[in-house]
Amino acid sequence: LLRSSQPLTGHNRRRCPEDEKLLGTILDEGERGFIIDTRSAQAAKQARMSGGGTEPKSSYPQWRRLHRALERGRALQESFTRLAEACSDPAASMDRWLCRLESSRWLSHVKAALSTACLAAQCLDREDSKVLVHGAEGTDTTLLVTALAQLILDPSCRSLEGFQGLLEREWIQAGHPFQLRCARSASSHGRGKQEAPLFLLFLDCVWQLSRQFPFSLEFGEQLLLTLFDNAYASAYGTFLCNSERERSLCQVRESTHSLWAWLNQPEERHKFLNPLYSHNPLVIWPSVEPQSIQLWQGLFLRWIRSSQHLEEAWEEIQRLVEGN
Amino acid sequence: VENVRLLDRLSSRRAVVGTLYLTATHVIFVENGSETRKETWVLHSQISSIEKQATTATGCPLLIRCKNFQVIQLVIPQERDCHDVYISLIRLARPVKYEELYCFSFNPKLDKEEREQGWKLVDLNEEYNRMGVPNNYWQISDVNRDYGICDSYPTEVYVPKSATAHIIVGSSKFRSRRRFPALSYYCKGNNASICRSSQPLSGFSARCLEDEQMLQAIRKANPGSDFIYVVDTRPKLNAMANRAAGKGYENEDNYSNIKFQFIGIENIHVMRNSLQKMLEVCELKSPSMSDFLWGLENSGWLKHIKAIMDAGIFIAKAVAEEGVSVLVHCSDGWDRTAQVCSVASLLLDPYYRTMKGFMVLIEKDWVSFGHKFNHRYGNLDGDPKEISPVIDQFIECVWQLMEQFPCAFEFNERFLIHIQHHVYSCQFGNFLCNSQKERRELKIKERTYSLWAHLWKNRADYLNPLYRSDHSQSQGTLHPQIAPCNFLYKFWSGMYNRFEKGLHPRQSVTDYLMAVKEETQQLEEELEVLQERLANLQKSQSGNNKVKSKQQDRSKQIGLYTSNNSLANTPQEYSNDLKSFPSRSPSQGDEDSALILTQDNLKSSDPDLSANSDQESGVEDLSCRSPSGGGCLPSEDSGKDSDEAVFLAG
Repeated sequence: LLRSSQPLTGHNRRRCPEDEKLLGTILDEGERGFIIDTRSAQAAKQARMSGGGTEPKSSYPQWRRLHRALERGRALQESFTRLAEACSDPAASMDRWLCRLESSRWLSHVKAALSTACLAAQCLDREDSKVLVHGAEGTDTTLLVTALAQLILDPSCRSLEGFQGLLEREWIQAGHPFQLRCARSASSHGRGKQEAPLFLLFLDCVWQLSRQFPFSLEFGEQLLLTLFDNAYASAYGTFLCNSERERSLCQVRESTHSLWAWLNQPEERHKFLNPLYSHNPLVIWPSVEPQSIQLWQGLFLRWIRSSQHLEEAWEEIQRLVEGN
Repeated sequence: VENVRLLDRLSSRRAVVGTLYLTATHVIFVENGSETRKETWVLHSQISSIEKQATTATGCPLLIRCKNFQVIQLVIPQERDCHDVYISLIRLARPVKYEELYCFSFNPKLDKEEREQGWKLVDLNEEYNRMGVPNNYWQISDVNRDYGICDSYPTEVYVPKSATAHIIVGSSKFRSRRRFPALSYYCKGNNASICRSSQPLSGFSARCLEDEQMLQAIRKANPGSDFIYVVDTRPKLNAMANRAAGKGYENEDNYSNIKFQFIGIENIHVMRNSLQKMLEVCELKSPSMSDFLWGLENSGWLKHIKAIMDAGIFIAKAVAEEGVSVLVHCSDGWDRTAQVCSVASLLLDPYYRTMKGFMVLIEKDWVSFGHKFNHRYGNLDGDPKEISPVIDQFIECVWQLMEQFPCAFEFNERFLIHIQHHVYSCQFGNFLCNSQKERRELKIKERTYSLWAHLWKNRADYLNPLYRSDHSQSQGTLHPQIAPCNFLYKFWSGMYNRFEKGLHPRQSVTDYLMAVKEETQQLEEELEVLQERLANLQKSQSGNNKVKSKQQDRSKQIGLYTSNNSLANTPQEYSNDLKSFPSRSPSQGDEDSALILTQDNLKSSDPDLSANSDQESGVEDLSCRSPSGGGCLPSEDSGKDSDEAVFLAG
């Protein structure tokens, strides 16, 4: 599984022999690979006007390109905002709730993200094919897809430790611009142009996986909520800045504490574990039918409705498992 | 009929070929597999509609929709055979006489004594006593002993002490279908009660002294309050329209000390259409999130569920918090009234959240009070306008509550799904006919078996591992949030997509936790035994052999539960683009060469596929493993299904 950013073909249809060679060496003689472009075919084509573009068939003959348009940027932020508003609106009647849920399109984005990740995973697992994922910058929807694909495919990413490693690799070090994306929250009024809840979308998808495969993730919802909180505001330096370079310039490692260090302390760690966890060596294929994708109430209704009864249920589960 | 194809709803490529059989009671499809020979059994009673579709090159398609939401798509090669099957099924699915129903031929091989005992499992007299009646305020009345007053009521009803026979008779004449106010639930903590009736025949201005006295009597039976609520569960407009037909609702001016309230639950026709629309959404091929949410919104189904729940909450609050008695009615007092009274009772009294209590609740508020099972669920062929998913909605309300309060119910989702299944299956006699009177005339108890006994026998499958009778959630009244809580109502895919296993978690948390619980219990018992032995051994120093073998048993058992939650599952159709690539993955030995694999991921080791039916003796117990149990650990099931035929849909 590879990731990159878009090739700079531009409207001149520039070629780059080094890039072609690089992609060429990845594939064996006669082997075919897939490029999953997280922009629509049209958007990708239009990108040429501003210097970007796609890999032309003629220059990359062994690669087959698939487009899966995933929402990002402003539109995704709007989606999140609408949903947060629908959830917190006390006047909302049952009549309009589903309409509002639908018009936010948030769940559609969850479905699309999971589907695309599954597609990538399917290419790798079922087709034994290599996959290259990129969007425009390679810092948003690209990472969403590669990180989810790994969770689906690789059981080692589903352990608490493995998941942290996945986050470090596929989000932090890969250069997701946390500082820009998580500058404010859905309900804030000053909307930065660069804000977008990609990381939250990722966490939502992970939550969907945990619901569909309740035994397969070593961690539970509490971890996901904690990560969400810390991406926006944190006592730790892990999610600071926009890239490894910036972190280095800001001397983050020297001046702050690591979230992982805190999480992994024995007295904290146990709070994040899933009592039902049992190592599942197989690939987990989620259902992306609408019925299978649910609103993440634990996040979106977090401050709106009491989670007391559900927490009691988890305590009971814990008790049963530990008693054994 | 041979060479029939059974299609998967989501992928027509994933068809299986087999033979279709029609028996007196079932439609059976048997796959032509080498080792598997999966069987799909469908009771005729479950068939809701059959659609013969246009013949294509591959054959003549036949779509069977069931009342338990199973949808079966068959393709029959010859048009003539298809037509024959179609005509036969139409006839078989629409019985004319009760004797045609499965319950009269179903034979679970129990003797007469056991059958009787089965019917005695739920005893309403015991229940009323448990509530605390009869007492100073409430008495049992046999005024209806020969069904002379009201033929849809039971022979014994509980009425306020001050309600004389004269008052009861008078009131019954002023109520639709003669369904006079009678006790549904008594709260011994504060003497508040829930009574139920039908609408008064008040028209625009009619009055009835006895009916007014009846309501007074209800009020007097609760000295703690000087008024009662009268709750009309219909929308105001409908109730007002009824006045023109000489019926209507209670005028606060005429009935002293009542506070009248409309709750606005729609009628059976609206509900029937609502379900229909929701099922259409379920049948969409590859719907988008928008299609689904719009469709669900459009059906209005969850809105109706919430309306029923809100009514139940209102009544429970009135009784528990205000200590005020409530009289509930709708039009005829056998649909919305039943729903609302049973939801309220469930919220109020933790007994009804136990398995036994729930059975009692259904017997009381649905069976004994004359809910028209035959008309509503089509035991016999009848007026399609009478069909409506009334009890289904109640069952869903219970599920919604279970989702909000996971520790509060002794039973699990599977229990609810199986009950719903049997409302339509006519395999047992509990839900036949329209009234107690009809059931007695047909001698149901002598000629059929009780569902409750069957469920009780298998209660281990229906337990909720998170339930503890000493847990806070299982004590006292349940308080679901009223607002804001619209989003708390979820789509129940476990029921409406019951047979689409790909949609549900492959691993059942309920089953796993039950197994853990059982194992812990066994281990604790073992521990006790071992400790005893140790104590004995320390006294007399002899033989270690026995101790060793016990330890071996234990380690075998542990192996059962901790292993193998890792059941393989296969990807659904995520993309059409990859069609042209042949699959090279070694793990796909028995699957199509086509790349795209569908949700139907049942491998031959799946325990759900075992179908053991004793055709000759007619023993087929179609308790289907609900999807939440679909991921059962194989070792658990190997012995269990020996007398059950389990079926699957494509």
